[in-house]
Amino acid sequence: MTVLIVILGMAVVTYLPRVLPALFLDRFKFPAWFQKWLQSIPYAALGALIFPGVLLVEKDQPLLGLMGGITAFLLSLLNLHITLVMAGSILVVYLLQLVIF
Amino acid sequence: MSRSSNILSGVQSGLPIALGYFPIAIAFGALAVQAQLSWLEATLMSLIVFAGASQFVGVSMLLAGAGAVQIITATFFLNMRHLIMSLAVNDQMRHFSQGSKNLLSFFITDETFALLTLGAKTPQMEKRTPAYMAGLMVTAYLGWVSGTAVGGLGAGMIPAEITTAMTVGLYGLFIGLLVPPARKSLSFGGIALLSMALNWFLRLILDPGWAIVLATILAASLGIFLIKEQS
Repeated sequence: MTVLIVILGMAVVTYLPRVLPALFLDRFKFPAWFQKWLQSIPYAALGALIFPGVLLVEKDQPLLGLMGGITAFLLSLLNLHITLVMAGSILVVYLLQLVIF
Repeated sequence: MSRSSNILSGVQSGLPIALGYFPIAIAFGALAVQAQLSWLEATLMSLIVFAGASQFVGVSMLLAGAGAVQIITATFFLNMRHLIMSLAVNDQMRHFSQGSKNLLSFFITDETFALLTLGAKTPQMEKRTPAYMAGLMVTAYLGWVSGTAVGGLGAGMIPAEITTAMTVGLYGLFIGLLVPPARKSLSFGGIALLSMALNWFLRLILDPGWAIVLATILAASLGIFLIKEQS
């Protein structure tokens, strides 16, 4: 029973922040600076999601995540499709674990 | 573009996320069953919560004997970053019906947000349709839910090396989405770098979830000064 309450409660508090902007974003006329702030969010959010999180995928082996991150960075410099960028970093990290770590 | 071709194009965009989610969801399903959740409960959690980090935290807390209120509170704060991400996604959905916006907002994750906001190489109109977004988001969702269902069946089938590699793969998704536009615009690149630095620093004094939220809000504020009037 507790588990079910936990799951339902988690569902509610997870949906709430997701849906809130859908409910109020259109109700107001926001100033130009707010639009610029909105436009900048993807870059800021991805920056914060990537670093230092990528180093902490394996807590005691920050180098592993770092190598995966560097691989993705180098591949994305080549303007490859996103699937190939992902595949490259997955492959490098998988092989590194087999060979070294 | 017809609606069905928009859905299909969304499914194609969402496929890399679904493939990345799948093995991680298997690991989640296995962990949930270890934590004494039934297969149905584990799958239900993925069906109605659909938030990887929260679900891992929630199940780990259950395993550690935490109470319902503690777990739900922790989840709530962990997900505050979705509020910021949802602002940016809903900015693209302004012309959608209220029902579509309410429904599609459920599917906002770090990854779907990243792809929806930075995934379009060219600003094609199809990428701003409910059909495209639904195709992308539901594909990612199905990867997560089906992975959980599989993982809950046979606990611990996925070797740890694979889960680790796939987790780094999702970081690869973020990096691959961020680098091309950040290279083109010094402003956006600067915002991303500032956010990394802020997050790195803020983690020392704040809970990691809050560090991401605050770093994002602060670094995006730099954009107010750097971005020229939009067209």
